[in-house]
Amino acid sequence: MIKLKDVRKTFNSGKPNEFVAVEKLSLSLDAEKTTVLMGPSGSGKTTLLSLIGCMARPTSGRIWLSGKEITSLPERFLTELRRTTFGFVFQHLNLIKGITALENTMLPSYPLGEKHAALKKRGMELFTRFGIASKANEKTESLSGGEAQRVAIVRALMNNPSVIIADEPTAHLDTRLSGELLEIFSRLKDEGRTLLISSHDPMVCQSVLVDRVINIRDGKIEEERS
Amino acid sequence: MIFHPTILALFTGSIIVSFMILYSASYAVQILRKWDLKSGSELQLVLERKTYLISTLLAYAFVFQLLSFFLFIFSADQLHTFFVGAMCAAGSLYVNSYGYPTLIFKLVNFLLAGVWLIFNRVDNTGYDYPLIKKKYWFFMLLVPLILFETWLQGNYFLRLNPDIITSCCGTLFSADSNPVASELSSISSINFIMIFFYATVSLAVISGVIFFLKGKGAGFFSGVSILAFITSAVSIFSFISLYIYEMPTHHCPFCMLQQEYGYIGYPLYLTLLGGTILGTSVGILSPFKKIESLSRTLPSLLRKLALVSAGLFFAFLCIVTIRILLSNLILNG
Amino acid sequence: MKNWIDRQKNIIDFTLSSLFRRKGKNIALVSVFTLVVLLLSSVMFFTYSFRKEASIIMEDAPEMVVQRTVAGRHEMIPVSYIKIIQDIAGVQEVKARLWGYYYDPVTGANFTLMVSDEFPLEDGTITVGEGVSRVRLIYEGDWVEFKAYNGEIFELEVVDFLSVESGLVSSDIILITENDFRRLFGTTEEYATDLILRVRNPREITTVAIKVAELLPDTRQILREELLRTYDAVFNWRGGLLIVILTGSLLAFIIFAWDKASGLSADERREIGILKAIGWETSDIILMKFWEGLVVSLSSFLMGIILGYIHVFFIRSALFQPVLKGWAVLYPHFNLTPFINGAQVASLFFLTVVPFTVATIIPSWRAAIIDPDTVMR
Repeated sequence: MIKLKDVRKTFNSGKPNEFVAVEKLSLSLDAEKTTVLMGPSGSGKTTLLSLIGCMARPTSGRIWLSGKEITSLPERFLTELRRTTFGFVFQHLNLIKGITALENTMLPSYPLGEKHAALKKRGMELFTRFGIASKANEKTESLSGGEAQRVAIVRALMNNPSVIIADEPTAHLDTRLSGELLEIFSRLKDEGRTLLISSHDPMVCQSVLVDRVINIRDGKIEEERS
Repeated sequence: MIFHPTILALFTGSIIVSFMILYSASYAVQILRKWDLKSGSELQLVLERKTYLISTLLAYAFVFQLLSFFLFIFSADQLHTFFVGAMCAAGSLYVNSYGYPTLIFKLVNFLLAGVWLIFNRVDNTGYDYPLIKKKYWFFMLLVPLILFETWLQGNYFLRLNPDIITSCCGTLFSADSNPVASELSSISSINFIMIFFYATVSLAVISGVIFFLKGKGAGFFSGVSILAFITSAVSIFSFISLYIYEMPTHHCPFCMLQQEYGYIGYPLYLTLLGGTILGTSVGILSPFKKIESLSRTLPSLLRKLALVSAGLFFAFLCIVTIRILLSNLILNG
Repeated sequence: MKNWIDRQKNIIDFTLSSLFRRKGKNIALVSVFTLVVLLLSSVMFFTYSFRKEASIIMEDAPEMVVQRTVAGRHEMIPVSYIKIIQDIAGVQEVKARLWGYYYDPVTGANFTLMVSDEFPLEDGTITVGEGVSRVRLIYEGDWVEFKAYNGEIFELEVVDFLSVESGLVSSDIILITENDFRRLFGTTEEYATDLILRVRNPREITTVAIKVAELLPDTRQILREELLRTYDAVFNWRGGLLIVILTGSLLAFIIFAWDKASGLSADERREIGILKAIGWETSDIILMKFWEGLVVSLSSFLMGIILGYIHVFFIRSALFQPVLKGWAVLYPHFNLTPFINGAQVASLFFLTVVPFTVATIIPSWRAAIIDPDTVMR
């Protein structure tokens, strides 16, 4: 479903602080499978997630999404593609402060011109599904870590994407909450979604829902396990 | 120079627009030379980002351009009290030799700016910037025109001195002082012009509707729109004005913007100009229907444009006809 | 199309909430903008309604005034000229006018003394304007001392006052009888201050004026239209001058606007990064910034205009009076009748909202091109 070939990503090219984040990487991800990217910080995991999730363009190499090459698509089209295909759960959650949890989750759909009422309904359905319906109209600052995590997941699911990308999702969670999170991911996988998770948490890597683990170091793939 | 607030506003507006245009032109040149969608290079990324800026700047600049056209006429009209013999904008514009040229350039730029805005809108609907180079070439064509217009307008305002005796539209547009006017106002030519007027504008309406229904004849429709515009302009001058003022000798195209005639000039000109801009755009954009990224949205957009354009021409026709029917003037026995 | 409307609505919704979340900065911006619009609109409203008032008052004024000039200065005119002018074709009526200035050493004010048929008086009595009574502290029944041309002192009794509402034109006027006038200034019966004319057909006025000039070469003819034009010019000039001066403050405001728009706080940057990461396009951000600018500028514009209106028409433009009216001792109290027109509002829009909007375009764009993957780090 997602294919990368000889992808390279360089930052600040030509300048003294030139930095190669990802080096001639080739990778193929199957649909409806759960993949974990493992590796220390600075290994290029996050960059790889950006590239796969159409958030950044590679310096060289090629990328295909569902058979269509997206390497040199202009930003405009990439964004369109991204918002309907991918749902992101960021490491630091990145919820906007000062607005309610529900409003946060409706944001990805705003530019698509959907009716406000319809978005609210959909949001509330998802909130109920994840057991945080009572928190819908609370401001983000008053949410606990676990609740915020779920809000972030609901936001990622608003546009019904086929791929969920999660960056270090259990980094700030305790064991119990981590377990709950993996439960949620399992449910998403059962719905037929493709999951891509970056983590160095053994609990995640050894979880039963994971189909494949890829080790990354210094921008290159070290080993793979299934 | 007259320190009238409206003049100051137009002055400021024009200078701002000119700066925006020049700034945009410098980047437009870069885009025209180096744009290459296929390359993923840093430069291309920068250019893509830049084009958002230029697009935005130009959209603003051209909208101001549209507004300032009407403001210019309005202010010329307001200024007539300063000049002996001037009763409306016609007299104010005649005060120095820059008045009428400014008006003409403003009109031309109004039409071109309107078409460019539509062009830009269409380009933005295609995910791979299909018309970008053409769009910026078109823009480069407009640059000298707008800069020249700013210069003309500046000169016009700077050389305005109150109390200069000028001509009222009565003498400017009257049959004896103006040979063209006398040609256009003889009764037999009025009849001919009226027939031609109704024929072309009706044809514009009909061909617009046909294009909307069948999707054929874009070029024809555009051509007729432009023809209808020219005919209408002549007709306003030649006989429509007579019916509005209910005087067989008053041909002025500006007095109808004043309160005493119910500001009828505004709906008249707005519908005519709107219809012309949209109609012209249809023809210009029609060849691009085949481009892949536009093939989904452009055909239906063009049809909508044609329909609106036909509607505007129709409205224009109605306003004119109703005014003629209600008028107390009888020209032909 | 419906889609487009909903998209705008959604984005406006978010824009409003984000404006409210950054109250401090936006309140500052709106306040300054409103102040600028208040100043500019006050100037425009004031000068325009003044001009309108003047033209309305002038409607009843005589079409032509004939004055005699000697060595370029205005002199008393022989009443015998009336006969000569009456014979000119098209002249409907010619009348002599008696008026003059009286310098009052007590207050340092110049009063205008006038003989008027409309306000009949008896010898020995006067009617005074509102400004005169205020400045000289005279009330009904009081006697006022006048010093005649030959040093003779005599007193006149105040029997009536001119209305306060007519203050714009009558504030400094003292109405007096013809006999008292001639006694005060020493003008003999053969002379008057000037002559006023009415013509049958207003379009003929220039022709008549030319005739008068031919027959009476020592006179000048002042046309009502010329007076109106001159008033117009003066007020435009003064009004425009003020606007030019205020350009300084406008410029400062634009720089302020640019600065505020460019100075994205870390929070704002983060927010935009998040929006881009969750699927907002660059053009969506630009749209959001556009609405932000529009909300700020339109609300400031409206508030500024309303406040300007109140300032000019309700509290008598307290801020500007000294500049626009010149040095007058006898300053009339009056309320201007509100006159505004669309062109003024449009010009104001061009002078304020437009530069503001332009100043925010580039900073908005810079904000909009923030890389989405900055939030990944």
